[in-house]
Amino acid sequence: MSGELLRAEGIGKRFGGFVALEDITLSFAAGQLTSIIGPNGAGKSTFFNILSGVLTPTSGKLHFRGRELNSLPQHRFVHQGISRSYQITNIFPDLSVHENVRVAAQALTVSFDIWRNRARLTELHARADAALDAVGLLGKRGDLAKFLSHGQQRALEIAIALVSEPELLLLDEPTAGMGPEETKDMVALLERLADKRTVLLVEHKMKMVLGLSKRVVVLHHGRLLADGAPDEIRSNPDVRRVYLGQSEGYG
Amino acid sequence: MTHPSSGEALAKPVPGGLGRLLDHRVLLSIAVLAILPWLLPSKALAVNVLIYGVVVMGYNLLFGYTGLLSFGQAAFFGAGAYFTGIAIGRYGVPWFAAVAIAVFLSTCLAALIGIISTRTRGIYFSMVTLALAQLVYYVALQASSFTGGENGLRGFTVDRISLFGLQVNFLDPVNKYYVLMAFAALAMWFQSRILNSPFGAVIEAIRENEQRARACGYDVERSKLVVFMLSGAISSLGGCMLALHLSIVPLDILHYQTSGMIVMMVLLGGARSFFGPFVGAASFLILEDVISLWTPHWQIFVGAIFVLFVLFLPKGIWGTLLDTLGIGKARR
Repeated sequence: MSGELLRAEGIGKRFGGFVALEDITLSFAAGQLTSIIGPNGAGKSTFFNILSGVLTPTSGKLHFRGRELNSLPQHRFVHQGISRSYQITNIFPDLSVHENVRVAAQALTVSFDIWRNRARLTELHARADAALDAVGLLGKRGDLAKFLSHGQQRALEIAIALVSEPELLLLDEPTAGMGPEETKDMVALLERLADKRTVLLVEHKMKMVLGLSKRVVVLHHGRLLADGAPDEIRSNPDVRRVYLGQSEGYG
Repeated sequence: MTHPSSGEALAKPVPGGLGRLLDHRVLLSIAVLAILPWLLPSKALAVNVLIYGVVVMGYNLLFGYTGLLSFGQAAFFGAGAYFTGIAIGRYGVPWFAAVAIAVFLSTCLAALIGIISTRTRGIYFSMVTLALAQLVYYVALQASSFTGGENGLRGFTVDRISLFGLQVNFLDPVNKYYVLMAFAALAMWFQSRILNSPFGAVIEAIRENEQRARACGYDVERSKLVVFMLSGAISSLGGCMLALHLSIVPLDILHYQTSGMIVMMVLLGGARSFFGPFVGAASFLILEDVISLWTPHWQIFVGAIFVLFVLFLPKGIWGTLLDTLGIGKARR
């Protein structure tokens, strides 16, 4: 395949006797938004943690742009071009909004330099502000991150992930805990992001997922249940049985 | 709250009126230290503030800025003092070279302790540093032919030093103070440099959110080791100053009580503030001086004051003062 960015080959993950993921084989092409859905405990987060290097799979292989990632420590994943956000807001609370993003941008170039003045690394400041602008937070750049609203903190998290200019952006429930207004803003932001880069999304809100994604992957009990365009997923009887039929949103 | 309009000054970090003073924090701190002997009741107290200020400042890099609560900083304070004393007394090394050697060897010790301790987190880190520092204490106690054991290290008096061809009487308290202040100034300059550097941003990110820092692409474990060594190096310089000042090294400075005192000083003065360690050292030593005049049980009172600080002034004297004046919310 020519446009393939990421390939998961027979990925499995066990925690002691518990099998969280079993034999997941998926390939993701560059430049589209794919959502991963499934009821609670389906293994979505585990899969995401493997894709971002937080967990090492117990079996199977992960290839990114033809390179195997299995033996790579987590902090090297960003350097390869994979960046993520977290389900539970994960920012640097006591740093300014600007510094939150600036320090993330810095990770790709300098980390052990104790000599230069970081205020003079102007390129990083500019990149941080560009990322803040992209998520609509430029006006808050001087505030401490902990004083932002929940929705703004979620957007800040995306800016942190975005500033490394990742080829693959992994977003773990970016609308978790958001009200309808904030969700609408986030969906608009996701649509803008999906125009330019490859995005993988874990989400619970079905309507939003089906409207937003080009492709939907359904996990159930750690296994791959379905994989296809939103319309196919909507009409897939297996999916309806385990997921859609149960309730409107939260499986 | 004010924000810069989005077009201008984009490359500038958070602004602030009085906050500009922080750009000159090293010079301001040196200015305060320069008049300190005349503000305090005795020159001996002022010298102690200098020495402990440097030790606590090094510790602040680890605890305040990186968020790693070590209970073993006395190991590096003591190592600096012992290595200086042994180099001068046993091997006849000139005093200045002895200080350089002592800082280097103490940094190596910090690397060793850091490699083991920075693999652990939270309370385990605190306990491992405590245990390894006690190990250093017992080594110093047992290796008495080198260290003088429980009598402490003696016999390396530095009474005259030559500075740029000038012979300075080091026994004169004022001369001694200003020579040692030069070391403190060097340490402050170095610390300020680290805090302003890209690496300074990394340690703050680790303090704020270790998981996020790792996801951003930082090697958290290696960064912790590096900051542990830098912190040990600065604190050991305080030890060198102590050795030059006292001409003996008491075994007690390696004891865990000294580590505990360092923690108390940084919390009294204000963790995460540049000048806080000196304020903390001064407050602690003044409290000790004043209260021990009334009662031999001064530690009870200092302990009570410490508890009150932790409960009601978690940012310490200096940190609270800066907050009240509205200086440098984002960086101090």
